Amino acid sequence: MVAPTTPETKVVFKRPESFTDVTTHYCPGCTHGVAHRLVAEVIDEMGLREKTIGVAPVGCSVFAYKYFNMDFVEAAHGRAPAMATGIKRVLPQKTIFTYQGDGDLASIGMAEIMHAAARGENISVIFINNAIFGMTGGQMAPTTLPGMKTTSSPFGRDVELTGFPIRMSEMLATMDGAGYIVRRSLHDAKHIRQSKKAIRMAIETQERGLGFSMVELLSSCPTNWKVAPDEALKFIAESMIPVFPLGDYKVRPELAGLRV
Amino acid sequence: MPAKGWIEVDDLHCKGCALCISACPQDVIALDMERLTPKGYHPAHLIAEGCTGCALCAIICPDAAITVYREVPVHTKKAPASA
Amino acid sequence: MAKELLKGNEAFAEAAIRAGCEGFYGYPITPSTEFLEYMAKRMPQLGRAFVQAESEVAAINMVYGGACTGKRVMTASSSPGVSLMMEGISYIAGTEVPAVIVNVMRGGPGLGNIAPSQGDYHQMVKGGGHGDYFPIVLAPASVQEAIDYISLAFDLADKYRNIVHVIVDGNMGQMMEPAELPPMRELPKDPPSWAVTGAEGRQPNFLSSIYIDPADEEVTNIRLVKRWMEIEKNEIRYSEYLMEDAEFAVIGFGTAGRVASSAIRAAREEGVKVGLFRPITLAPFPKKQIEEISKRVKRILVVEMNTGMMLDDVAAIVQGRVPVEFYGRLGGMTPFPDEILDEIRRVADNKAPINGDARAEWISRLEKIVEEGR
Repeated sequence: MVAPTTPETKVVFKRPESFTDVTTHYCPGCTHGVAHRLVAEVIDEMGLREKTIGVAPVGCSVFAYKYFNMDFVEAAHGRAPAMATGIKRVLPQKTIFTYQGDGDLASIGMAEIMHAAARGENISVIFINNAIFGMTGGQMAPTTLPGMKTTSSPFGRDVELTGFPIRMSEMLATMDGAGYIVRRSLHDAKHIRQSKKAIRMAIETQERGLGFSMVELLSSCPTNWKVAPDEALKFIAESMIPVFPLGDYKVRPELAGLRV
Repeated sequence: MPAKGWIEVDDLHCKGCALCISACPQDVIALDMERLTPKGYHPAHLIAEGCTGCALCAIICPDAAITVYREVPVHTKKAPASA
Repeated sequence: MAKELLKGNEAFAEAAIRAGCEGFYGYPITPSTEFLEYMAKRMPQLGRAFVQAESEVAAINMVYGGACTGKRVMTASSSPGVSLMMEGISYIAGTEVPAVIVNVMRGGPGLGNIAPSQGDYHQMVKGGGHGDYFPIVLAPASVQEAIDYISLAFDLADKYRNIVHVIVDGNMGQMMEPAELPPMRELPKDPPSWAVTGAEGRQPNFLSSIYIDPADEEVTNIRLVKRWMEIEKNEIRYSEYLMEDAEFAVIGFGTAGRVASSAIRAAREEGVKVGLFRPITLAPFPKKQIEEISKRVKRILVVEMNTGMMLDDVAAIVQGRVPVEFYGRLGGMTPFPDEILDEIRRVADNKAPINGDARAEWISRLEKIVEEGR
């Protein structure tokens, strides 16, 4: 339908400038798209598009570079924090963020993320936790919930054999080099708004030189969870949040008074 | 009087996931079963009066497919002193 | 500038700095550690980037990131560390960004030891990482040459947006030798047009090794191989010593070539007309020059500190025109000039064809030497 264009009409919501016009490859209802949009909105609002360099991961968000209208590089699996370090150290005035899934960040890239945080690397990390390997078709991730069925834990994740989900935010918060570590969720509009504020805070942390920042976002994977998109959002609220509690795990005191 | 709003759903981006439908507090969005997008999805569209331009649909939309408009009451423009 | 007495690894690091290296990312490993230590001290003094990474895997991916900004960046490591870097090296090659990697080679395989070796010839020269790509490989034989070729490495990397490996061994990394450092180069003011620097006033740049459509990857592979053919045409480098009237040629690179040159001097005193051909670019390999040599000498002796990795490349070029013999020491052992002199004498007297395999004949000789040595 065509919207009225009378002078009385105001646009209250539109695609951010930092987004390209490319349709994402994500499955219908996948909240990767929400996370992408929030990052683009924050970069728009802060006026940082022309000084930002994004680092894309390997995983479902491997094509993230196509959707952001800004300089981008594509890292090897799990190595985005190392690549971001390499960039940030020679271009310290630029805004560098990585966008990584749980396979990328919490499995193969565990060393790179931990040490980037330990070094207090002044970069921002958007961490998408959907408790599964999406791109390869739904295998068990380090974040898969106990009992959860995946193609590589077909009888449900047996903690006796495969161990327990890893809580990255809690672990990274122990690092003195970390400036801002929080976990948020993308399962409804209220939580999406909180997620956006957190992304803003993470970039503010970087702009202020306050060290490593990460926003962990509980995200849905309707296709590999084998549920409808709205059911997937319920799964986040009811099953994921109890295992991955939302909260602020590390906020440098310098950030305490900041309102975004 | 409740605010009056509109949404515009971009056929290029909408994948018919229906998350906007469950997010809409006015129940005025549905999938258009008469139409397919170029990618083969039934797109979301407004089905009744009552949209307030609250943008909850656009906030939950994973594909940034929704533009939200809201009508600004004319009298506020004509009487700026009262603003 | 006058010659000073310089320690290999430190001189190489200073050479890199003077060539405009703005980012060093590394992980300590013997026998290359002094390179990193020198960078740790010097780079911050100059306001340039130094990171001691958590692993070689991280180090090379930091190099990858730094390289994408168009700045001159590098790492230095040693054999097992370079093995770990192979993932990132392949990505750098696939993304077509310039990077310089110094490998101070040591004995292997596996953990091996920390003694000088040339056992990484295949890994370096043939690529090492996955996929179709072609690194440039420079093999200097003295501290001075290494200084010169580290500067050259950065120039070649930038010129061709290609990986350049500089391979030396623990001998050269650890030795002190009189050498002269070049003056400090000015840093470039503007980044290259392809670099990611923030898309200010221009279209965004995207750097990646991903070509999801095989047809696009094929086009990329064609571009890479055509660039390589250009490099083969322009960048062959080698050194010749007493080759003008040589009836016998010794072919060796790096330390092995250098040790051979002393043996050649001694053999000349005995009247043996022998010369040295020392490839400096192992990739691109001086094929034409070796082919020419094979047309004018009676016999060729390849000397290496490995099991004859370059031997195979030489034999493929010579194609049986003259016999190609081999002598090598392994596992971190460096041959003495006397051993090579004995080999030169033997080769000069040997009228027999090489029956079957030069490697098989050599190994039976080496086993005797090893036995006697004990």
